[in-house]
Amino acid sequence: MTATLAPAPPEPDAPPPEEPVARRGLPRWAWALIVIGVWVVVYAFTKGQDTLVLPGREHTDLHDTLTGFRDDVLASRDSNPIIQLTYAVGERFVAVVEWVQTLISVPDFPRPVPQVGWLGVTAVAAWVGLALAGWRIALLVAASFVSFGFFGYWSDAMDLLIVTFVAVAVSVLVGMPLAIWLGTTRNRYVLAAINTTLDILQTMPTFVYLLPIVLFVGIGPSGAVACTLLYSLPPIIRIAGHGIRGVSTTTLEATDSAGQTRWQRLLKVQLPMARRTIVVGLNQTIMAALAMATLAAYVNGPGLGKPVLAALQSRDVGGGFVPGMLIVVMAVMLDRTTTAASEAPEKRIRDGADPKIRRIVLGVTGALALVAVYLSREQIDLARFPENDVRRTVADGVNDLVDWFTDTFGGLTGGFKDVISYGLLNPLESLLAESPWYVVAVAILALSAVLGGVRALLPTVICLAGLWYFDLWHDAMVTLNMTLVGTILVMALALVLGVWMARRPRVDLVLRPVLDAGQTIPPFVYLIPILGLFEATRFTAIVAGVIYAAPVAIKLVADGIKGVSPATLEASRATGSTTWQEITKVQLPMARGSLVLAANQGLLYVLSMAVIGGMVGAGALGYDVVLGFSRSEEWGKGAAAGISIVLLGILIDRICRAAAHRDPVTHDPSKRPWWRAASI
Amino acid sequence: MTAVVDQPEQTGAATTDAALSVRGLWKIFGSGAEKIIGTPDAELSRADLKQKTGCVVGVKDVSFEVAPGEVFVVMGLSGSGKSTLVRCLTRLIEPTAGEVVIDGRDITKAGAGDLRELRRTHTSMVFQHFGLLPHKQVIDNVAFGLEIRGISKKERRARAGEIVDLVGLTGFEQSYPDQLSGGMQQRVGLARALANDPSLLLFDEPFSALDPLIRRDMQNEVIRLHHELGKTMVFITHDLQEALKLGDRILIMRDGEMVQVGAPDEVVAAPADDYVRDFVSDVPRSHVLTLKWVMRDPRPDDSMDGPVMKADTIVRQAAKAALASDHPVRVVDENDRVVGIVDDDAILRVVVAEEEAPA
Repeated sequence: MTATLAPAPPEPDAPPPEEPVARRGLPRWAWALIVIGVWVVVYAFTKGQDTLVLPGREHTDLHDTLTGFRDDVLASRDSNPIIQLTYAVGERFVAVVEWVQTLISVPDFPRPVPQVGWLGVTAVAAWVGLALAGWRIALLVAASFVSFGFFGYWSDAMDLLIVTFVAVAVSVLVGMPLAIWLGTTRNRYVLAAINTTLDILQTMPTFVYLLPIVLFVGIGPSGAVACTLLYSLPPIIRIAGHGIRGVSTTTLEATDSAGQTRWQRLLKVQLPMARRTIVVGLNQTIMAALAMATLAAYVNGPGLGKPVLAALQSRDVGGGFVPGMLIVVMAVMLDRTTTAASEAPEKRIRDGADPKIRRIVLGVTGALALVAVYLSREQIDLARFPENDVRRTVADGVNDLVDWFTDTFGGLTGGFKDVISYGLLNPLESLLAESPWYVVAVAILALSAVLGGVRALLPTVICLAGLWYFDLWHDAMVTLNMTLVGTILVMALALVLGVWMARRPRVDLVLRPVLDAGQTIPPFVYLIPILGLFEATRFTAIVAGVIYAAPVAIKLVADGIKGVSPATLEASRATGSTTWQEITKVQLPMARGSLVLAANQGLLYVLSMAVIGGMVGAGALGYDVVLGFSRSEEWGKGAAAGISIVLLGILIDRICRAAAHRDPVTHDPSKRPWWRAASI
Repeated sequence: MTAVVDQPEQTGAATTDAALSVRGLWKIFGSGAEKIIGTPDAELSRADLKQKTGCVVGVKDVSFEVAPGEVFVVMGLSGSGKSTLVRCLTRLIEPTAGEVVIDGRDITKAGAGDLRELRRTHTSMVFQHFGLLPHKQVIDNVAFGLEIRGISKKERRARAGEIVDLVGLTGFEQSYPDQLSGGMQQRVGLARALANDPSLLLFDEPFSALDPLIRRDMQNEVIRLHHELGKTMVFITHDLQEALKLGDRILIMRDGEMVQVGAPDEVVAAPADDYVRDFVSDVPRSHVLTLKWVMRDPRPDDSMDGPVMKADTIVRQAAKAALASDHPVRVVDENDRVVGIVDDDAILRVVVAEEEAPA
């Protein structure tokens, strides 16, 4: 009986409690369908009752309590040691950021320009690229920096880089010791504790970090750095820790037997052997930091996110296009540089490059860079990028293009929107948001029990209870609906493209770099072009979410299918399968683990975007959070929305994981229907 | 049967002379393992102990001594505890009980610093899966032991260079391990072990991962190095041929226990029990047995015209001369005293009818 575990006792008109565990004979999907069927029937009789709608600007006592808490915290800034500490740390961040800003991005009074002008910064950056990763990367870096100036966003671009790198520096300082701990500890409890914390941190959508952190460190650069830092910490800990743990035990034993100390073990064996993985972790940390630093515009963080946010708020697609594009340029630049830097040293040695020549080249080019720095301090045109109106021209051009596109193809995009809206979005939304809340709760509980078993039950109960408690049930259901619809679209896309990629190497060759690039783009940026196509509606957020989640989902599906044993495939061909049979009866079932993982990732990505999209018409929880930023008296509601988003994320994630874990036929491949999970 | 050597006598050489001496060594995996030793539980079989306490015996009361310059082979099937045993010798696995004395020092009582010193200067180990550092060139892999001792880069590279030449890796100094074949990688492992100039070399199934031809080359390499350097070696293997080929003496293990210790010909000619007998049944006996094992006592009427051979001559080597002569071979000991007679029948029994040979 699942119903007795529900957050509140079921009302008399709740659906009859379902059997939580699939019995032999009826597979789990059949039980799931039964649950949904009963739900629909109950919905038909009860719709519109007890939906817990909380219109636009209304808030409840709980929300006022939260707002009061915020006020208390702010009031205690002078007396509470914790707040004082966090503010002190925040001020340090501000000091560092502002110092670097006067160096490269804003006028350092009384100078009318920063200490080092664009030419100097570009030259030094290119030189660093050369030293780390070779001349191709140096060219890429130089071109990227020049483009920041050329399109008129030099200061904003530098600010974004500054926030990103200050946060990454602290992340590495804090994260590497933790990674080493994670990588070397033998204590199971420490391992479990760190892993669970990281799990939860990584389930949280970017947006949610902002509100609580700003409370403790304030808005502006301090909030931006603090949010960015926290968001970018998990990748380095997890990936570097994994790398250190993965160092071959034979090698450790062999070097131990030579009599090394623990430090020698760490410095000469574990860290060098895990270097590659650690750099991958650094890469992920930098990309996460960039994504968050962009989003930090919501809390008045400096950087390219600001013009994007302003453009989104005024629905100026063209105005957002240029800074958005520059963010993409920056993302690609950082990604390529770190990736190349991880491979460069080994490649150099293997190619037998002469270290002397390298030293001479670096010395000469370094001197040139210093000359450039000097010149950029003396010449105003080399200090401040010459003004031009490329920025406006491009923005107008993009706006014209969007207008032309919507005029010409408006019917088409509108039709697509209508089909999805009326075919999928609206019916599902009615079911989720218009059923009485307890019906939905029982139904979700039943579904989680059917799919995920006992393991899923406790997290589900806690999350549902939390959603109910924070008084935003209706908004949460609307957001959940957008997430589910988005994920359905993502999975459709991922299945088609993933299968295609896996079966046609040439398709893979073309698509993969595009997907890789797509994965590095901060989520915020996706909203810009979609806004042009669908205007400010929930649909914009969904489509942006689908595009945001698609790369990772497609790659997971493609790699999963490629991982299917060629021998099995050959055997199925030998028995005379058609292509369709081969895909549906061999490849998809055997790649089921990857498919579940893709769905899980898809859900979390789309959720994250559905929330960010709150400000471009997606409404619901995302809008509540945005409102919490902008209106002081709505802070409590925004915070409640933020917590509800986290709860939704954990709910989704835990059900997926439990479904994967519980699966009794995981060890019997012959029985695996693809949607039913495998080990994640 | 006199051929079965009594263990205490065999290992009873003067302790002070031994390069390595192991006494009453135990390793039991699992919690509460220390409490088991000395109780009746310790006498249980491996399966019964697991059933009763959840602990697994890795090494059960093993004692032996290895003389300086000796090649001592530990042989057994997988799970017999031989790899655990060799790791206990330098405490890569912490023994549960017993003594391990290397060059006169009981290392089971050594502190962390002493143990490290011992590993740095007295012992070296070669591993089945090489355990090389993929981020270092061959020369720096070989020099690793010197590096962690804090020897300057120039000096350690010079010394490593000599060892690289010694093991036949000349020209590959600047390569990375993954650019080498398996056999070459194990040469690097061997060189790394030798670079420390240890008095005791430990080998943990070093050639099991190599293909047969390479394995034979590497075995010959070890024999050559042993001749040149005269190091004491403890060699773990599951391959009887390898054990017979390399070992001065062989320790056979089963389920963590010692089954037999003896020279190769002793093990083949006089297996201690059915387990060992089964093990050695496929061995071409003429390649292993010496005349000592096939001779009979001299009788007054024996011809004195046959060839004279030493008692430790291997049958196969003696066969041609013995069969060519009309007279039986007279077998002499190291003092040229006649200790036995080998006639054609005895030779043929071993060479032709292996399976009928006396057990």
